[in-house]
Amino acid sequence: MKIIVVGCGKVGASITAQLAGHGHDIAVIDHNSSVIEEITNSYDVMGLVGNGASYSMQKEAGVEEADLLIAVTNSDEQNMLCCLVARKAGGCSTIARVRNPVYSSEIGFLKEELGLSLVVNPEEAGAREAARLIRMPSAIQVEKFAKGHVHLIKALIPSGSPISGMALSDISRKLQADVLICTVERGRDIEIPNGQYVLQEGDTISIVASPENVRKFLVRIGLDYKPVKDTMIIGGGRISYYLAKRLLQDGTRVKIIEKDLQRCEELSELLPTATIIHADASSEDVLIEEGIETCGSFVTLTGMDEENIFLSLFAQSCSKAKVITKVDKIAFDEVIRHFKLGSILHPKKIIADTITRYVRAMQNSIGSNVESLYHIMEDRVEALEFSIHEDAPVVGIPLADLKLKKNVLVACIYRSGSIIIPNGQSVIEVGDSVIVVTKEQGFEDIRDILL
Amino acid sequence: MNYSAIRKILGNVLEFEALFLLLPCIVALIYREHQGIWYLACAAVCLVIGRIMASLPARRDVFYAREGFVAVALSWIVLSIFGAAPFVLCGDIPSFTDALFETISGFTTTGSSILVDVEALSRTSLFWRSFTHWVGGMGVIVFILAVMPKTGGYNMHLMRAESPGPSVGKLVPKIRETAMTLYMIYFGITVVELLLLIIARMPVFDAFCIAFGSAGTGGFGVLADSCASYSLLCQGIITVFIILFGVNFNAYYFLLMSKDKKAAFQMTEVRAYFGIIAFCVITIGINIRGQYENIFLAFHHAAFQVGSVITTTGFATQDFNLWPQYSRALLVLIMFIGACAGSTGGGMKVSRVLILFKVIGREIERYIHPRSVRSIKMDGKACDPEMVRGVCTYLGTYMMVFALSVLSLTMIESCDLETIFTSVVATFNNIGPGLNMVGPSANFAFFSPVSKYILMFDMLAGRLELYPMLLLFAPGIWRKS
Repeated sequence: MKIIVVGCGKVGASITAQLAGHGHDIAVIDHNSSVIEEITNSYDVMGLVGNGASYSMQKEAGVEEADLLIAVTNSDEQNMLCCLVARKAGGCSTIARVRNPVYSSEIGFLKEELGLSLVVNPEEAGAREAARLIRMPSAIQVEKFAKGHVHLIKALIPSGSPISGMALSDISRKLQADVLICTVERGRDIEIPNGQYVLQEGDTISIVASPENVRKFLVRIGLDYKPVKDTMIIGGGRISYYLAKRLLQDGTRVKIIEKDLQRCEELSELLPTATIIHADASSEDVLIEEGIETCGSFVTLTGMDEENIFLSLFAQSCSKAKVITKVDKIAFDEVIRHFKLGSILHPKKIIADTITRYVRAMQNSIGSNVESLYHIMEDRVEALEFSIHEDAPVVGIPLADLKLKKNVLVACIYRSGSIIIPNGQSVIEVGDSVIVVTKEQGFEDIRDILL
Repeated sequence: MNYSAIRKILGNVLEFEALFLLLPCIVALIYREHQGIWYLACAAVCLVIGRIMASLPARRDVFYAREGFVAVALSWIVLSIFGAAPFVLCGDIPSFTDALFETISGFTTTGSSILVDVEALSRTSLFWRSFTHWVGGMGVIVFILAVMPKTGGYNMHLMRAESPGPSVGKLVPKIRETAMTLYMIYFGITVVELLLLIIARMPVFDAFCIAFGSAGTGGFGVLADSCASYSLLCQGIITVFIILFGVNFNAYYFLLMSKDKKAAFQMTEVRAYFGIIAFCVITIGINIRGQYENIFLAFHHAAFQVGSVITTTGFATQDFNLWPQYSRALLVLIMFIGACAGSTGGGMKVSRVLILFKVIGREIERYIHPRSVRSIKMDGKACDPEMVRGVCTYLGTYMMVFALSVLSLTMIESCDLETIFTSVVATFNNIGPGLNMVGPSANFAFFSPVSKYILMFDMLAGRLELYPMLLLFAPGIWRKS
């Protein structure tokens, strides 16, 4: 597909990286020539320096033949203008990043009037994910499929868990919870295991199940399942606002520590029921005084990755809180995962995933659409949800008889309200939502699972 | 330095050279010449060595700008050494230094020859000599990028190091398609020229060689008098096509494949290029009118020589060494300017000269209004200050290398300054003939071997736009990191 990406900041670069890897024709526009040079040096894309909202610039980038324009500059207004121009000039689909809360509340109207195909908001997406984690504190990652009816969670097997030493084929029977273990991460290896695989303490596993079964499973393997009562958020930026709003709706107590007085005042106006503390959180005394040792969850959302990481390490050392760390700079993944940082929040990656899913769904509007897409296990595994239409070649054949690619797992079938954890005799039917977990990248259609 | 990645690239280059060496074998079959055996043998050796180098695993596939520069410079050296081997082995050019000079002159599309009698060469060798022009014109690495499957973004470093011009961009998002598009345009125009020459009754073998020579803006002929004995019609066709090959290929892309056809005619560089040609043809035509029987003939030869020199081709229909001083001086001046960026021609490139003039204008304005701010614009868009700086440094480096070459040649050789000066001009800008003892009807055979190596360096430096070759001498580059 021909795609134009306007704005080459962190989100733009990570989208470009994902899409270029899948062989799309990509033109990137940014006004800063040095970032353009950098991106054209590392990926096979065309770079243009200039204002992406200008018609002549878009024409140079080939808007007339383009299928999609993604506007992710740091200005909401420019993004919307880019999309509007592209829509009128080339009639292509458009995706805009809009993050100002004022526009977010009017997004339905804007989408309609500007003809936007998709609006993404990294801060809101990040807040949504953080809120999910706080509701399910024993999971490292929580993703939703089939409109929330199926959960995929990532968790660490604690020491002394009854599950360690157990073969996968025995788990559902012995724990009396209908779950499927999709991936196991042990040391540096990530595997899609078979029934004979024996789990150990310290493995990180991902499972697919209904929300009730997830809860049962977590309790039975020795992890708490109690939503936390209170949350301490460090940093008062946009994600903090969105997160606090969500948590307050659920009845969780929220305390936000922010060092800018003016921002504190704004927040206290916007969130009257939250406790706003004006202090510099990089002081140990402040954190202890505000009760870091007893809080149920601790979320670091400052603009500095380094500060977030240090605060989270401190929280892990002095409290039992569920810790969530925001990391924006995508580099150094390898190093970061060796720290005990609890769950790591990558707002930019969440957005990149959302856009990649949209692009893959666009590519086969006739076939089986990709409904959801998540990267799990350090981006080495993709979990996808396909909605099955009539012409899919997998329909009506027992799974055992399908010739699947290596490292592909049909993890779950969601059929009109009921969840089927499939076995060899299970059959995919038209209208199902099928969740596939795979170590391959770039599936666009359910038929891609076949050899 | 990622040596293993460079080794792999060199391996690929050799594999493709093996492929190229098969073409003269076909010529040998047609004309029943025994020299073909040696070309076949060289092709086999290239294939084996190339395959081994390319298939050993690399530590890391990713590389950066410096690896790109070094890989391209080394590729051209390796390419020339293996390309020279069949000349020596088959006995057409017995001396290795001479054979290497001839091959480098071929690949860099210079066209300076050390052959005293061109017509004594076998057809096979003549064909190979001219074919090196065609390969070198658009670039070997660009060719490899066009045919090799899926390439990473880092290959842009290679393309940038090999393609001429102050800023190298892509026509389409994918590097492979960009390279493919360039080669399709290149191939297409070459075929058209070839057909026209054959229709104009040039012998088929000559038509092939001349078409290769003009496409790559090289300049090796197959006859002793270059193009003088072809018909006026043939000469006219050659004039038109060498000038066309000196145009920035982006213009052809706009014209042939883009919806925005007007953009082709609005390119400042292309307009300036035609402007310079028109000016030179008219003034030289008037200047030399007394030497020819009618004014048409004077303009015909003026146009051929101007086109041949500004595009750095180096074909000749007349010995311009015998022309009046004004015409000789003007021809030497346009040798420096050269063709458009993004064409197959050499020289400093019209776009660089344009930017330099604009920089000079800005400096003069600064003296009048010390606080004035003005950005340098090309095609209505502001140039990146980095690029402008690059153009200025390029000029400085260019002059430095030029001066050093002239100086070292005067130390070794005993001939006159005009000969030495123009021999460096002609090789450094990839033109071919100079003035006096290296004029269109003379050759480079009399130089001592050391001088020949200096001129070979100049040819490579000129074709690759200095920095890849200079980088080979930077001590920091070879350090392992």
